[in-house]
Amino acid sequence: MKCVQIVCVLVLLLAGCSKRPSTNQLAPKAYGTQIVEVSGSKQITGVGDELPQPVVVQVNGDNGNAIEGALVSFRGEGLTFTPEQALSDSSGQVTTQVEVAFISGDYQITAETPKQSGGSASLNLREIALGYETTLGQAVNEKYCIRCHDPESTTERVSNFDNLSPTPHQFSDGATYNSIPDADLVNIIRHGGRSMGKSPQSPAFGTTLKPEEIKAVVAYIRSIADPPYPTSGVKNAK
Amino acid sequence: MIWRNQFGRMRRTFFGDPARRFAWTSIILTISLAIAPTKEFFKDWRHYQRQFLHLIHGRSDAGAIERRFESGIQQIWIPEQNVADRCGTCHLGLKEVSLKDVRMQPFRPHPPIPHSLTEFGCTTCHRGQGAATTVEEAHRSTKAWEQPILPAKYLESSCGQCHLGALEGTPKLNLGRQLLARYGCARCHTIMQPDGAALMATDDSPPLGHIAEKTTREWLFAWIKNPQSYAASATMPNFQFTDQQAADVASFLIAQSTPTSSPQFQVSDRVLPVKPAADAGQEGASLYGTSFCSSCHAVQNAAGNLVGGDLGPELTRIGSKVNAEWLRRWLKDPETYDRQTQMPHYRFDEKQIAVLSGFLLNKKDDDLLANVHLPVPDADSVARGKKLVAEYGCAACHQINGVNPPQNFAPDLSRVGSKPLAQIIFGPGSPETLPDFISTKIHDPRGVGVGLKMPKYNLTSAQIEALTIALLAQSDRAANLPKSFIHSAAHPSDYSPGGDAGRLMNDLRCQSCHAINGRGGDMAPDLTREGSAVQRPWLEEFMRNPNTLRPALIRRMPKFNLSPAEIKTISDYILSAYQAPGFDSQALDAHTLNTEAAARGKELFYSKYGCQSCHIADYKKDKGYIGPPLAGAGNRRPAVWIYKLLKNPQAVTPGTLMPDPNLTDDDARDLTAYLMTLKAKENAK
Repeated sequence: MKCVQIVCVLVLLLAGCSKRPSTNQLAPKAYGTQIVEVSGSKQITGVGDELPQPVVVQVNGDNGNAIEGALVSFRGEGLTFTPEQALSDSSGQVTTQVEVAFISGDYQITAETPKQSGGSASLNLREIALGYETTLGQAVNEKYCIRCHDPESTTERVSNFDNLSPTPHQFSDGATYNSIPDADLVNIIRHGGRSMGKSPQSPAFGTTLKPEEIKAVVAYIRSIADPPYPTSGVKNAK
Repeated sequence: MIWRNQFGRMRRTFFGDPARRFAWTSIILTISLAIAPTKEFFKDWRHYQRQFLHLIHGRSDAGAIERRFESGIQQIWIPEQNVADRCGTCHLGLKEVSLKDVRMQPFRPHPPIPHSLTEFGCTTCHRGQGAATTVEEAHRSTKAWEQPILPAKYLESSCGQCHLGALEGTPKLNLGRQLLARYGCARCHTIMQPDGAALMATDDSPPLGHIAEKTTREWLFAWIKNPQSYAASATMPNFQFTDQQAADVASFLIAQSTPTSSPQFQVSDRVLPVKPAADAGQEGASLYGTSFCSSCHAVQNAAGNLVGGDLGPELTRIGSKVNAEWLRRWLKDPETYDRQTQMPHYRFDEKQIAVLSGFLLNKKDDDLLANVHLPVPDADSVARGKKLVAEYGCAACHQINGVNPPQNFAPDLSRVGSKPLAQIIFGPGSPETLPDFISTKIHDPRGVGVGLKMPKYNLTSAQIEALTIALLAQSDRAANLPKSFIHSAAHPSDYSPGGDAGRLMNDLRCQSCHAINGRGGDMAPDLTREGSAVQRPWLEEFMRNPNTLRPALIRRMPKFNLSPAEIKTISDYILSAYQAPGFDSQALDAHTLNTEAAARGKELFYSKYGCQSCHIADYKKDKGYIGPPLAGAGNRRPAVWIYKLLKNPQAVTPGTLMPDPNLTDDDARDLTAYLMTLKAKENAK
């Protein structure tokens, strides 16, 4: 009788220890030697949001030929990938959707593929998330600044970029803007280009924009700078 | 037996005599009394407070931060907003701007926002359980614990709880609200805002009372089956009807149609025959262009992109839809078919009508109706169609003879942003949160249950996210906030111009594009103060021939072919009724606008203020293309208006892009004097 009881208890205990489904680890069918970007870096999105376009990378062999069936895995602090890893398709490419976390600033995607000889080839891509302040800066930029500072014309908005001499700098031009301190940028926006010895064709916005809007435009310029603004590497700088 | 022996022995060991009994009872009592303080000591938040002190230890700013640090539970308590938030107990760096290099949560400072944390608390924007002091309870969602943290991508919805109008920093919320109105959501759903105003639909659903004159049963069938197969930009949703159902609805719509009975509006029989296609195409395209049909109507170009505005329906396949006779009558005077239409009454002559209708009828897609073969409609089909039309609420948007607009047709969405999770039936596999439910429901309205009637809208995922944000703003918290917190949106007035000129202006539908005194479209400039802003000869010439100031724009003022008498009537009215106070000529001494001032003004224009970066004063020399060309400003604007605009652009033209140059009175006067000397013809270029 006691034996039966013990067996019953053991059976019940064992039934409780069901095995967890193991995560499906993909096995590479082929190996490449390098990984390159096809599209999707330097995108701008809102915090907590998906990137507008997927990120596409390509695995190549020694001769730059596309490799099918190579394993590519994506990682990055604060990023969610769908899928996180995949085998490259017939053109050597892997596509993933990326969602950023709730903090504004820069995110770095690392895409990796193992090499036959051991080790792995990797690629780093930068993405940008806008928070409240930088979104406001973007809105002010799209209403006022973009008309001269962006050379692209649309059917609704004709660019004034080429009509100006000297031509304005695009806001993503980190090489120019990163060397100008915040206070100087605020002054240029507030009092016009002439106040800091820049082009007098850049008008003064000090009585048009509120101080917080000017600060937001500066934050926006910092966040999209390429090369990145030195402190924008720290995600919570804003 | 063995067990009982063992137990007896243990009892003797521990409780054998009074001394042992007393000692062991004391030990047990002490341990049980220690449980509560021990639990307290190992609380999550104490762990975070110790970690925080450790983190700032050794930093250069440690002294100041330590002085501000207070241990124990921290609470923001605002009874009138129903806020009792203890988030600051663990989120210790929220107000410490100098910690911006810290990467570890929960110690990051809060990013800059226009509100102070102590004034609004945390849960007002982020949701979550403010009173909780464990990570799990404060943030996570369960069905029993109703208020999970709001994911960051939906955060703009929280701004929308108080701010009912558009905000510059919340593009997604603004888009969502526009879509709610544009897609007619409010026709079936009641959406009351916290200030007590209902959200209004702005879609322009056509009345169907005379539909048989406009199109065929076959087209209606194809349209009902899939509106986007006819026009990619159509906002009409897909009701996912079977072929039989769609045919029945089409039969009923044709059967209920009555003839338009306005003999005075009948087009004369002398309509010219349509010219051969090639000629008509050329001439028609040119008339379509000069009439600026594309200000409101889009047509898909060869590359598949829509070119044109979205105020009126897309015209890519119009020839496969409308009856030729109907189109000619519509071009002659749209009001005979639809009294509420936004389409202006162009004064086309009969030749122009023939040319333009020929051009439009050539825009067709023979594949659209190639496979539509409907049986002859019988009474049963019509009856079934009528039942479907009533059941699916078609009359909520469209005027249909014999079917009344349904009342309280769909669930009230006034508080949908706080819908309790326990009331929601989630689809299998979908995440059990409110934002996910709302976006899944919009994406696939009938996928979340059985017997549902909501149609499927053709929306992108960004549009669905924006709609979800706008709906999440409809929360219980918003409805319960004191009214002083609510910033209402500007509500349109019911202004309509009066008198003879008013009748004429309504006939031309000026307010479809121009706002006047708080009512009207936003495509073209606000005319509320136009009488102070223009000179009569310029205004009359502009209405005769709207050559337009900005030739590169697609959306422009059409040429209505007005008669001289009509132009005079409208000009008289604009120049007298649309005056702004303080713009009379006494505001500026005309004698000061002399040649010396003009010369100084020219110097200021080109050197000091660089106006030529945005404006053209001389077509040969300047290229600025943001503001209007000023080469003819002296003919167009009164001096006082120019002077006042220069002094404060936003006050004279609200929303203008022109930055306030912050001029002295002298500079403003000199620039005005210069601009008044510019009298080139505007279409000289």
